[in-house]
Parts: sequence; structure tokens; C-alpha cells
Amino acid sequence: MAAHQFILNGQTVSVEAPEDLSLLWVLRDVLGVTGPKYGCGVGVCGACTSHLDGEAFRPCIHPVGGLSGREVVTIEGLGAQGLHPVQQAWVDEDVAQCGFCQPGQIMAAVALLKKNAQPTDADIDAAMSDNVCRCGTYVRIRAAIKRAALLLRSGAGGG
Amino acid sequence: MADTLEPDATVSEGLDRRRFLTWVMASPTLMIAARLGLDVPEAEAAEPPEGATTALSLYLAVQTDGRVVTTLPRTEMGQGITTAVAMLVAEELDTALDQVDVRSAGADARWAIQLTGLSSTMRFLTGPLRAAAAEARARLVTAAALRWRVLAHTLATSHGVVSAPDGRRAGYGELAEDAARVLLPAVSSQPRPVSRFKLVGQPTGRIDARDIVTGATRYALDLDIPEALPTVVARPPTLRGTVQFVDDASARTMPGVVAVVPLGTGVAVVARTFGQALAARAALRITWTPGPASALSDADIRTRLRDGIGPRPLPPLFTTRTIEGRFDFPYLAHATMETQSCLARVQAGQAEVWLGAQDPKYAQREVARALGWELTPWRVTVHTIRAGGGFGRRFFTEAAVEAALVSRAIGRPVKLMWSRDDDMRHGHFRPASHHRILAYLGPGGRVLGWHHRAAIPTVELPHGFGDALTALAGEVLPKVTSAVFFALSQKLPYGFGWVSQELRDVAIPIPTASFRSVFTSQVGVSNEVFVDELARELQVDPVALRRERLTSNRLKAVLDKVATEGQWGRSLPPGVAQGVAVLEEWDSAIAHLVEVDVTGGTPRVLRIVIAADVGLPINPKGIEAQLQGAAVDAMSTTLSAGVHIDAGAVREGSFADYRWMRMKHVPSDIQVHLVRSDDRVGGVGELGYPSAAAALTNAIARARGSMPTRFPILDEGV
Ligand code: FES
Ligand code: FES
Repeated sequence: MAAHQFILNGQTVSVEAPEDLSLLWVLRDVLGVTGPKYGCGVGVCGACTSHLDGEAFRPCIHPVGGLSGREVVTIEGLGAQGLHPVQQAWVDEDVAQCGFCQPGQIMAAVALLKKNAQPTDADIDAAMSDNVCRCGTYVRIRAAIKRAALLLRSGAGGG
Repeated sequence: MADTLEPDATVSEGLDRRRFLTWVMASPTLMIAARLGLDVPEAEAAEPPEGATTALSLYLAVQTDGRVVTTLPRTEMGQGITTAVAMLVAEELDTALDQVDVRSAGADARWAIQLTGLSSTMRFLTGPLRAAAAEARARLVTAAALRWRVLAHTLATSHGVVSAPDGRRAGYGELAEDAARVLLPAVSSQPRPVSRFKLVGQPTGRIDARDIVTGATRYALDLDIPEALPTVVARPPTLRGTVQFVDDASARTMPGVVAVVPLGTGVAVVARTFGQALAARAALRITWTPGPASALSDADIRTRLRDGIGPRPLPPLFTTRTIEGRFDFPYLAHATMETQSCLARVQAGQAEVWLGAQDPKYAQREVARALGWELTPWRVTVHTIRAGGGFGRRFFTEAAVEAALVSRAIGRPVKLMWSRDDDMRHGHFRPASHHRILAYLGPGGRVLGWHHRAAIPTVELPHGFGDALTALAGEVLPKVTSAVFFALSQKLPYGFGWVSQELRDVAIPIPTASFRSVFTSQVGVSNEVFVDELARELQVDPVALRRERLTSNRLKAVLDKVATEGQWGRSLPPGVAQGVAVLEEWDSAIAHLVEVDVTGGTPRVLRIVIAADVGLPINPKGIEAQLQGAAVDAMSTTLSAGVHIDAGAVREGSFADYRWMRMKHVPSDIQVHLVRSDDRVGGVGELGYPSAAAALTNAIARARGSMPTRFPILDEGV
């Protein structure tokens, strides 16, 4: 078992874990970081979506080996002071129902807005269609992304 | 359904038709309990009932910090009940919404009804909640009056503070202890009139929103129970198969593995992490005995259901023409986003489970039974945890039973998770069904009768259904079987002459469960689709036909609303069409208008307009969310998501092949309009499914020129 060192939510962490153990279980079972959820374990639902070096990725299919020195951000690491504008937009639009998919949805949306400050409906479709919401909150997710884009452009927060 | 379940016509305060009782519970600070007073004559209603510790509906406590903690025998699964409950409490108690906490109670025999389903939470609890909060307010005011030696009626309340005309003020927290000792409130403890509501009825954001968006919300597997070990279960390829032989030699030697525990339902693997448990599970070599359905595939099931329909009955006199519709619905997996999961600790003859349960008492009983404690079920404590979706699946508690058994076997706490493919392929399903609808036409196109026969595999109803239905109906019902529930719930809201709807229970050894809207998800949907077919046959507009034949004014009102808002009949390009459908159920009425484009081969939903009459809309924002979500549920299961059975095994294993709607499939606009015919509280959770599915199907039929009869419509399989 090797030690793996990476940056998690701004802090360097070191964990003992087999190379091939997926990061989702390192986060949840070893480090107690439970924001990223298990929804499928095979990369098709988006419930675990987090960021790796600023890009959306799926910890459930990403082995912890090879993360050395790289930067992982989970929902817990977003908006270190107060809510990130995307989280704020999610509250304002009252997006969540059961909430289980929402950490992943929010992380996907933050990554989208980082690359594209003014996403069109088609951009949102393309970026968000790999995140399932069983409760069917898509209409509000879309509205929240548009609201967050406005908030970000007006310079509120910045997370 | 409304006809049968309405207990009486006396509307007290225009809000709740039932009586309820409140009383003070022994506690250092003010604590008020309430219950429905169904069985209590009015004259006694002011007195605490004999044995006040039994048959509770809910209770609330005012703490010394001024927070109000409300405890309910209900589970939050996303439907927004905690927010609606907090709003009612804040309203009647005159405190701020963020001062109210709402908790789910653990399994306890004292709760009259502890079941989250039947869209009944707010219908059951609004009355008792208002009564309890109003009672608490009266006692807080009285405590202040006694303290200040002034007349109670001169005092005012607002934002959790009692104030006197001379400017003295006291927070509820400061008064909470004195209020517990007030013998009789000196001001009225009647709930306020609905017309004076300030918060209830206003669109309000969820009280748990912040926790959700920061990842702070805890579901069962997120709880920090020391030393709880990750556990998964190897399950048979076929439904309800059993273990014949297991070779766990290599699995046991894999990294992180702590134990391998054989169970009746499969073989459990306990490890340091879920990743390791899943890897070791894959290394088990198990010989399985096929389950009882292993001779059955989709085609066989369809044949059995079709055979269950039987010959046509004789038509009514003067029938000149009979039109027939046949419909097939698939098995559905609930596919809650959070898979079945449970934390359990069994030690020293006691068990504790942490579970997102829709029926905690049933969980308690099942766990006790599995542990051989049928006679001492109180040794099992069920902590009811927020669930990541329910939809009927969490009436069943296999994960809790498995977790308890494994915990006992290894003498340590475990957190047991069903993998997504477990969740898709095992457990309980909304049953498949076959329907034959006959509409009898007489001279001049008169509709003389409507005969619907549905062949449906027996639905395993949750054990608490009987109690809950009994309370809703206000009378004791016989044992609530599929047939009883069918008869109670399936109504046709049209003046179509001689109407009969019959259930043919077909025994098929595939586990079933109720699903959002239960039988209506098939019977109600196919009726509304066939109403459109009837309109085509009679060459009349489907909205006009409904307007003419609907027997409910509430339905006519919501239909008119969607027709206006959705511009029914506006001109559309070829291949684009509108469809409508209606439903009255759970004391509520709803209509959907859906616009769909079929020019691309795969139908694309362009727009959905919904109008709903749910009586008093406690939280319009939450109602809108439920109706939007149910529309997506209906789109998914009508168009593309269905479960296939291959030789007793479920084919679908994840959201890759169980084709739930994604962002790109859902229109950016799902409008919800609320129509308010009175101030009764109607159900919402299931209301939005059936007519959404039917309106979508009707739109596709109109766009394509042929009525879909097999669901999901895009199913290219078998
Ligand atoms: S759990 Fe990672 S994508 Fe589903
Ligand atoms: S909010 Fe429940 S799955 Fe998205």
C-alpha cells in the first residue's frame, strides 16, 4: 500500500491506499469527505462530480494512484468563505429536492461557468447532460446556471 | 378517489375537515402534542385524551434558546415537507421560519400513522400542526401575562417575541419554561383564519437548501458512526435467486477485506472501504439457484397479462359500436438517486439502524424478525434519516435487514450499500400491466359506457397503508389488498354512462412495490389516452370533449387554465402537436398541456404547462418543484425508461441503460399555475405524474397520427 499525496480543498493530504482504489472511496471512506456521492460507481450518473485541476471529473472512476501533487476540489471546498455564487444561485432558484445529485450538479456547473461565462441553452445541455437528477430538477438547474452566470459577471463573490 | 376518501363535508376553518386534540407533554420547557381526533366526540376535544401517550400525530417543543423543534412521524425524501411544516409552525406561532427545526421521528408505536406516502403528509398534519403551534403561542402569551401581571389579551406576538403595550418584551426562549407550567391559556388557542396568513401561501425556499448546496446534508452512509465498516452484498443474477455454493477463498485474501458473511439473499463482503468491498465481491465465486421467475421473460409476462384480461363483457343496451384500446406498461425501477443503504449496529441484544425509511415501524418489525426478536421488537431502534429519493421504494427495507444481520455476525457496526446495479436489478418494481379499455357508443355518438380491465401483477402494498388509508377515509377499512386499494383509488371523472373498472390480479413471482401514484400510473394514464382516442372517433376536439363530459368543476377549471395558458389549438408546424390530460386525486385536481415535436424521430418535448388545484397551497414554490419533478418522471417512463426481464433477470443495470431524462431532453420551461377552489389541503407528491404521462402520449398521438399503446414509447426492445 502506497502513500498518495495530493491537494484536497486547498490542503495537502497524504493517504495510505492501494493505487487502484478509486478516489471516491478514498474521499468518503478514508478521509471522511462525504459531499461527493455514490450514484453508480461507473461514471454514468455524475453524483460524485468534483474538480481535478479545475476541471470537472468523476472520482468514482479515477484511481487514487497518479494523483500525486494534483489538486482536487469537492463540494466542501467550494466557496471557502460563504457560498460560491453558483451555490447562491442554487439556493435562490430553490433547485434541490432530495439533494443527492446536487453536489455533483453544482460542481459540473462551476466547471462549465469557468470555461464559458455566458453559456447558451445548448452549452448547458452539452455540459450538464451526464449528470442525472432522479427528482427531475433540470428546469431549475438551468435557471440557476443562468443566474449564477449573471452573478459571476457582476463580480459577486467569485469563490 | 376524492369521492371515497372524503370523510365528511363539514369544513372547519375552511382548512381541515377533521378534529384534532392538543395537550401539554411533561417536559422542562413547553412541549405540545397533537393528534387527529377522529374517534373523539367534539365535547371532549378540549381535554387531554386518556392515555395521551398513544396515537400521537406530532409534537413540538419550544427550547430555551427560542428555537422550535417539531418532531414528525414522516420522512423528508425531497418532497419538501420539512419546509411546509416549518412554515405552518412559524405562521401560527408567530416566529421566524429559521427558528423552526423539523425532525423525523424514529420508529415508535406511539405514532398513530408513521408512513410517508399516499401524498398524505400535509393533508394529515396541517390541522394538528396548526393546532399545536396555536396552543403553544397561547401558552407563551399567558406565561408572559402572568410574569408581567397584565391581561393576556393586551399582549402581542411577532418574530418569536411577546410584547406588552408598555414596551416590555420577552423572547419565546425566556418564556419556554414558565409556559410549560401554564394550566390554562388565557387567550384563544384557536389557529388563525387562513385569510390572515402572512407566510403560508408565499413561495418559500427550502429550509434545507443551504445544507444541500454545501454538501453538509447527511444521508445514511454519510453519518459518522465510529468504526462502521463498508459492506456490499453479492446478489444473484436472477430475481430472488439463492446461494447454492460459495467459494470465497480468493475474496478473503484481497486487500482491505474484513469478513465474508453469507446471507439468504446473497453473500456480504465487509471491507475497509467500499472500493475494496466491491472488488472482493467481484472475486467471489458463487453458484446460484435461479429465482422463481427464471422461466419468465418480457414476452411471457405480456402473454400472461393479456391472458388475464379475459373475454369482453356484454355491451350495454343500444350499443351500436364498441371501440377498444389495449395498453402495455413495463416494470419500472424506482431508481432513487441514493441507492438502498443502511447503517446498523447490533450488539448486546440491542439493534440500532439508521435508515431513510418511508415506513420506520415496518423497518423495525422486519429487522426484529430477521434477528429472531419478533416478540421484543422494541430492542430495535430505527433512526429515520433523510433519504435521497423515495417514490415508494423505501417502504421496503431489505438493506436494513441485511445490515443488521451482518453487524450481528461480525459484532461490529456496518454501513451497507446497494450498488447501482443491485438497486436496478433487485428489490421491488412498479409492476408491468396490460389494459383493455372498451368505450361503447350508441346512436348519434352517445357514449353509453366505459369498461376498463387491468391485468396487473399483485402490488405488494406497504404494511402501514391500511392504517393510513383508514385515517384518510375516516372509517375502518377491510384489509387493504390490491383489490381494495384499486377500488378506492380508481375513479373515472367523466359522465360516460355505465362505467366499470376492474383489476385482475395476476400472480407473477417478481417483487413489486407501489410507485408514484400507484395504480393511477397505469390505469389513470391509459384512461386519459383513450379519452383522446374517443375524441378522434367522435371527431371532436379533445379539450371540448373533456369540457363537456367531465363531472368535476375543479377539473374543468384546471383544464381551462392550461388551455388558455398553453394556447390550446394554436397553429403549429407539421410534426408538432399539443396534448392534454387531467386527473383528480388526493383531494387535488390537475391538468397538463404538453407540446411535442416528432419530426426528429425521437419525440422532443418542447413545453409543458400545468395547472393544479391543491386547495390551500402551503408553499407554492415547493408545489411547483414537485409538479416539475413529476413531469420529468412521467417523461422518462413514458418515453424511454423501462425495465426488461430476461429469464427472470432485470436487464438494466444503471442510468446508462435505464434511460432517465437528462438536461438535454427536458424543456427549459415547465410552467405551473395554481388554481385555488377552496382552502382544503390537497396532496401533491404523486399528483403530477399521471396526467403528465397521458398528455405527452396524447401529444405524440396527435403529432404522429397514431396512438402509442406500448410504454416506454421509444422501447426498441422485444
Ligand atoms: S458515482 Fe461517479 S459518476 Fe456515478
Ligand atoms: S435532487 Fe434528488 S436526484 Fe437530484
